[in-house]
Amino acid sequence: MISFRRSLSALLFSLLAGSALADATLLNASYDVARDVYKDYNPLFQKYWKAKTGESLELKQSHGGSSKQVRAVADGLEADVVTMNQANDVEFLAEKGLVAKDWTKKFPNNASPYTSAMVFIVRKGNPKGLKDWGDLAAPGVQVIVPHPKNTGNGRNTYLSAWAWALKQPGGNDQKAQEFVGKLLKNAPLFAAGGRDATTTFMQRQLGDVLVTFESEAEMIAKEFGKGNFEVVYPSLTLQTEFPVAVVEKVVDKKGTRAQATAYLEYLWSREGQENAAQNYLRPRDPDLLKKYAAFFPPVKTFTVDEVFGGANKAFVTHFKDGGSFDRIYVQK
Amino acid sequence: MKSTRATQEPAWVRYTLLGLGLGFLFFFLGLPLVAVFVEAFAQGWPAYAEALKEPETASAIWLTVVIALAVLPFNIAFGVAAAWAIAKFDFRGKSLLITLIDLPFAVSPVVAGLIFILLFGSQGWFGGWLSANEIKIIFAVPGMILATLFITFPFIARELIPLMQAQGKDEEEAAVSLGATGWQMFRRVTLPNIKWGLLYGVILSNARAMGEFGAVSVVSGHIRGETNTLPLHVEILYNEYNAVGAFAAASILALLALVTLVAKTVVEWRMRKETEMLTADLPAEKTS
Repeated sequence: MISFRRSLSALLFSLLAGSALADATLLNASYDVARDVYKDYNPLFQKYWKAKTGESLELKQSHGGSSKQVRAVADGLEADVVTMNQANDVEFLAEKGLVAKDWTKKFPNNASPYTSAMVFIVRKGNPKGLKDWGDLAAPGVQVIVPHPKNTGNGRNTYLSAWAWALKQPGGNDQKAQEFVGKLLKNAPLFAAGGRDATTTFMQRQLGDVLVTFESEAEMIAKEFGKGNFEVVYPSLTLQTEFPVAVVEKVVDKKGTRAQATAYLEYLWSREGQENAAQNYLRPRDPDLLKKYAAFFPPVKTFTVDEVFGGANKAFVTHFKDGGSFDRIYVQK
Repeated sequence: MKSTRATQEPAWVRYTLLGLGLGFLFFFLGLPLVAVFVEAFAQGWPAYAEALKEPETASAIWLTVVIALAVLPFNIAFGVAAAWAIAKFDFRGKSLLITLIDLPFAVSPVVAGLIFILLFGSQGWFGGWLSANEIKIIFAVPGMILATLFITFPFIARELIPLMQAQGKDEEEAAVSLGATGWQMFRRVTLPNIKWGLLYGVILSNARAMGEFGAVSVVSGHIRGETNTLPLHVEILYNEYNAVGAFAAASILALLALVTLVAKTVVEWRMRKETEMLTADLPAEKTS
């Protein structure tokens, strides 16, 4: 019965995937706009792995909302590796015992092979003269941002504004909370996600400024044309990380630990870093950062660890029920 | 008398109602349909063709068809059996069965998907056993077929029950009294009577199977080129700022919908003709 089932599923697979000849397969569960990065990265790694070990690998991608993806992995999606855009999501898998507890130490740079920064997208010519976080809280400015409580994009915006306010002369948590409250009052709505926020700003022409990832700006340029908006770098902003991890339970079961680990390690290689840069993500390699300086103007950034004492702590203090966001929102 | 009075409403009432109806249709059905094709062809025909040739889109189209075909035999078997039992027999719990058949209409598709995760997911009831035996249901094609099945199984039964109830069981009883076996009776008497209704139900459930998003999205796992159906693929392409790709895929769904509509109209027309023929055959006493 089992063998019948297996041959049936093998038949289905070969019908659906077109090739069942590869020696091993890796599945990478990733967030939804990461497709271009890994579409270009996978052939690079396949070539490298083939040259190194002679084994041809089949690489599969699964993309969806970051939190939805880790939920699926926890429910049995057999992903060998996860490449996410929020540390909380990988942390969730660590709590479930699918990912090593010390996953941030398994790879360099906090297990984040590349980074991005939160930037402002403003209308052409920057008619409202928006230059820094302080301008976004001014009366009469409309800010488009996804919901801070449940989207990565929204959380990053919230933390960036908070950290900026902390670093102002005489800044403290009380003042930061007041400032973020003022800024959020300028949001006519909370978009459901990054893509929704972009559509609101670019297509519905709502708002004066959109806060989003630097990498997203290039995607927006691809779809809506470069001349329709300007990118503004604030004086201080959040360096967003893109954590990666091996899913221990899956690689043990499938026997793909070596391949999965190499797949992630190779993200830090010259080729992997260059690929990230070409997809508008800031590489960790300082030489490449210099080479692609035209894409990546210098910007003063902070990490969540530096200002908020880790992603988990930031989440609990600000976004969990009863956190600072709830307090601000009730006041509003 | 009533029917003449109904058409004697003042002209302005009639035109306002007509205008409202048509205006609503135009804004909520016509415009979106046009918009799908306008967006799909926004960068010209070559870009459209290129987007459809993308292997992941091609595999999404293929998977959508595979799932629709896979659920079909189950839906037909269940639909005919349930309608048969309900229309031709009386038994305890009949109304419960009718209510249960309507369950998928009442339950949100997302909840339906989550039910399967609860049952077959790795933390679910059967998760341990399934993974020990290396049977993949969730985040693979079987799970998607199950979810689609759950969403679409009422359509055929719902279509057949009133039809079979109206037809009664006289003809079947006659066939049996003339010595027909069960199978002969079904094939020669029942099936010819219900064939257009059955086809109608098949078309409806098929349209739903190909368009289903919520339930399938929950159990799919979104593995590109493997477990993405067309509706899921449309969302992903759209989220990736690939408007042409998303709307090209959406246009395929819209075309499928149009084909369904034409097929549905043809079947409806055939059904009407058949009933007209039936009533024409009836003896005169019934019309008085």
